Amino acid sequence: MKIKKIIFIIYFSFSLLQASENKSELLEIYKNLRCLVCQGQSIADSNSDFAATVKLVVQDLLEEEKTKDEIYAFLISKYGEWIVYQPTFSKSNLLLWILPYFIFIVGGLIIFLITRKSKNNKAN
Amino acid sequence: MKINISKIIIFSFVIFSLFVFWQGLKKNNSYDTKNLIGSKISSFKLSEINNNEQYISQEKLKQNKYTLINFFASWCAPCRIEHKYLLSLSRESKKIKIIGVNFKDKKNNAINFLEELGNPYYFVGEDLDGKASISFGIYGIPESILVDNELTIIKKIVGPIDQSQYEEILKLIK
Amino acid sequence: MLSNIGIGLVTLVLVLSFLTIYTATLDLKTSSQTIKKSIYKLSLFQTTFTILSFLTLIIGFLNSDFSLVNVYENSHSEKPFFYKIAGTWGNHEGSLLLWINILVIFSYLFLVFNHTHDKKFRLYTLIFQNTLILGFLFFLLSNSNPFSPIYPIPLEGLGLNPILQDPALAIHPPLLYVGFVGCSIYFSAAMASLLSNYGGKLFAQSIKTWVKISWCFQTLGIIVGSIWAYYELGWGGFWFWDPVENASLLPWFAITALMHSLIVLEKRNTLYHWVVILCLSTFILSVIGTFLVRSGILNSVHTFASDPSRGVYILIFLSLMIFSALTIFFTKHKKEKYNFNLKSKETFILANNWFMAFFLVTVLIGILYPIFLDVLTNMKISVGPPFFNIVIIPLVVPFMFLMAIGPKFSWIKSQNKISYKSIFPIFGAIGINLFIFYFFGEYSLLSNLIFITAIFLILHSFLDIKKNISKKNIYQLPRIISHLGFGLLVFFIGINHQFSLEEDFNLKVGEIKKTDNYEINFQDIKIKERKNYKAIVGNFELTNLKKNLVEYLEPEIRIYSNPETLTYEAAIKTKITSDLYLTMSNVSRSDYYNIKFQNKPFMVWIWISALMITFGGFMQLSLKKNED
Repeated sequence: MKIKKIIFIIYFSFSLLQASENKSELLEIYKNLRCLVCQGQSIADSNSDFAATVKLVVQDLLEEEKTKDEIYAFLISKYGEWIVYQPTFSKSNLLLWILPYFIFIVGGLIIFLITRKSKNNKAN
Repeated sequence: MKINISKIIIFSFVIFSLFVFWQGLKKNNSYDTKNLIGSKISSFKLSEINNNEQYISQEKLKQNKYTLINFFASWCAPCRIEHKYLLSLSRESKKIKIIGVNFKDKKNNAINFLEELGNPYYFVGEDLDGKASISFGIYGIPESILVDNELTIIKKIVGPIDQSQYEEILKLIK
Repeated sequence: MLSNIGIGLVTLVLVLSFLTIYTATLDLKTSSQTIKKSIYKLSLFQTTFTILSFLTLIIGFLNSDFSLVNVYENSHSEKPFFYKIAGTWGNHEGSLLLWINILVIFSYLFLVFNHTHDKKFRLYTLIFQNTLILGFLFFLLSNSNPFSPIYPIPLEGLGLNPILQDPALAIHPPLLYVGFVGCSIYFSAAMASLLSNYGGKLFAQSIKTWVKISWCFQTLGIIVGSIWAYYELGWGGFWFWDPVENASLLPWFAITALMHSLIVLEKRNTLYHWVVILCLSTFILSVIGTFLVRSGILNSVHTFASDPSRGVYILIFLSLMIFSALTIFFTKHKKEKYNFNLKSKETFILANNWFMAFFLVTVLIGILYPIFLDVLTNMKISVGPPFFNIVIIPLVVPFMFLMAIGPKFSWIKSQNKISYKSIFPIFGAIGINLFIFYFFGEYSLLSNLIFITAIFLILHSFLDIKKNISKKNIYQLPRIISHLGFGLLVFFIGINHQFSLEEDFNLKVGEIKKTDNYEINFQDIKIKERKNYKAIVGNFELTNLKKNLVEYLEPEIRIYSNPETLTYEAAIKTKITSDLYLTMSNVSRSDYYNIKFQNKPFMVWIWISALMITFGGFMQLSLKKNED
């Protein structure tokens, strides 16, 4: 009996976690979508009519068990890439995602070279 | 020499960036979805406003040489202004057929609207919650999409149709 | 009349700036070791007339003198006294005059307070600074003149926008400008130091106070802007990675890096060229920021009314600045020898600069990429919060770790013993993190690392404070307090992000919404007529189901008639443990209202930590003065 209770509690708490996770996934999607008729607001923050309609569509799609990426792809096909705040991982955005880390590595290299040089100097 | 190459690179990069800024000033920074011209509209199913059993889908549109899908509502003031162009286009019925999508409206108000101003549509679909319009990529009312018989979008008009856009449509459907 | 006085004063400043450049150039060639008295006098007159011109504009606003276009467009006779004054700098033209004021005042103060430094260096600084001043004066007089007259004189002004009538928003621009524009002086000083070969320790000492002042005000300005956004804009957030916010962040990264590198330059007389690059970059970034914000090239929540002609002018000014800086730097650049041991304070400060450069470049790329993509390929994309969060946050983890152990190292070379002792707080940090994870909720691996390193930094700082107080040493305290503030800031932002409750739903009057933790009762709606607007006030009863606590919140929808605007006022209850946040907006053509509810734990601690960072900076400024 005790084992059954424990399993039940674990299952229940995980399902609660899932329920709140679903909610937070909804809001996460809202925050990643750009309101087309506003000046720089997300669907989550906007009070416009357009935002309200998009929220309904996203809720429907989530209920149909569509994944986040499928929802974004759907909206991008209708409105263009501008509607998502997270740039897609496509060829045209390659430079955007890679350049910051590239610069970071270059910076690290410079520091490495500077400290190594002085080690050599010290040795000499 | 090493330093000279890096100087040249830095200078060219600065000149290039300043040039891009200058060009960027000329660009319009407000977004419209005109870049979707050339893509095809996806499959859809709209129920008729008077009889929810009747519906229209993308297959039926392929029978028309050109279809103008117009999104309107009785509460929308600019819709009244563009209506005369729609009526005028509906008379060119050999080349172009017009579908109306009644957006977030009450059935009776829409019917009264069309009785008062005239009905240019051969089918009036209803979109009570606005969700169907999202699948057409609509974001403002009124909005119109012109498609050909392969369902490719050839023109998008955001806002009411005016004289110059009306003439453009006439040119496109020749 | 006022228009003529204003334009007259500005023209006078223009003439004086020319004269200053001319006399300073002549004085460069004399053999005397001191600067001519007349230059001091010119500078003093220039400062006086500049301040007078600003006062003239303020008087115009206070008197609601609508003969000035600027007052007509941005003020109203019924505006409260304080906001009339704030209206002076709350618009493009007026803020430009404020820029010029700060440029001139800093120019004069730098001249006067650096009298122990090299004459040529100070003269060159004056010349470059005045060239910048001339650039801005030309811009003001030809394109953005706050004193432009209008005839016939309108009876009433247009500027009663309620969103702009807020205390935080009123002081936010001047604070930021002291930061943004204050860095002009060390831009000029850097150019001057290259031309006059005045580098090293003395150069560092001449600019360090100015760097610290601009850093403190820039930090404070950014914080006040975030506090305003949180309380006034109604979305419960305080940072949106919006282009205008990012434009203020770019110089901040550079100034922070510079502040740290100056320590190395002063102590060890090395990194001179890097410091110069930072000095030049900071003001260049400020001007780039101004360009992005005022030219209309970007779409943002807080753009000024944009005008492409402004953009062209600022772009020309920016180009001239960058080209002259590059030319002078490349001509005068000499190869520097670096002698850095890995286990030394210098290396850790260099690491700070490395990370600052990374953060700066990331934000810069994030802002500029859509512009470049649009111009080159005609594709429009958005780069928003997810990009910045994904790229930057992982690297904050090693950054905070280095921030904690870096100061422990000595100059030149450290003993191994010191570095091992500093690692002990790591166990405490891991333990506390495990505690939070176990008792309060699960989170991702990245969040675990963020919490661990943040707590590590916090514990380290507390231990440091204890050690320094027992040794009665106060000179390390400002640095420790600022670093502690940073650790706390990241910690509380992490907690807030992980454990916030957010709900978004539609409700009719009289309905009740039940969520896992709360019951929200939309009791009723009252319409209230207030001084210049009509308010639709919603009464909400919130019951916290877990704690059995009942609270009342009253969000509003405000309808203004002059000009016709609609604003949504969030109901915010700020407590020590959490904030409750509720906004209400009507769904058009329906009886429903869209309700957004948030419970944000430890929100107020985010502000406290951020202010702590600034406090450390101000503390160090006042300590140094006593030291002298």
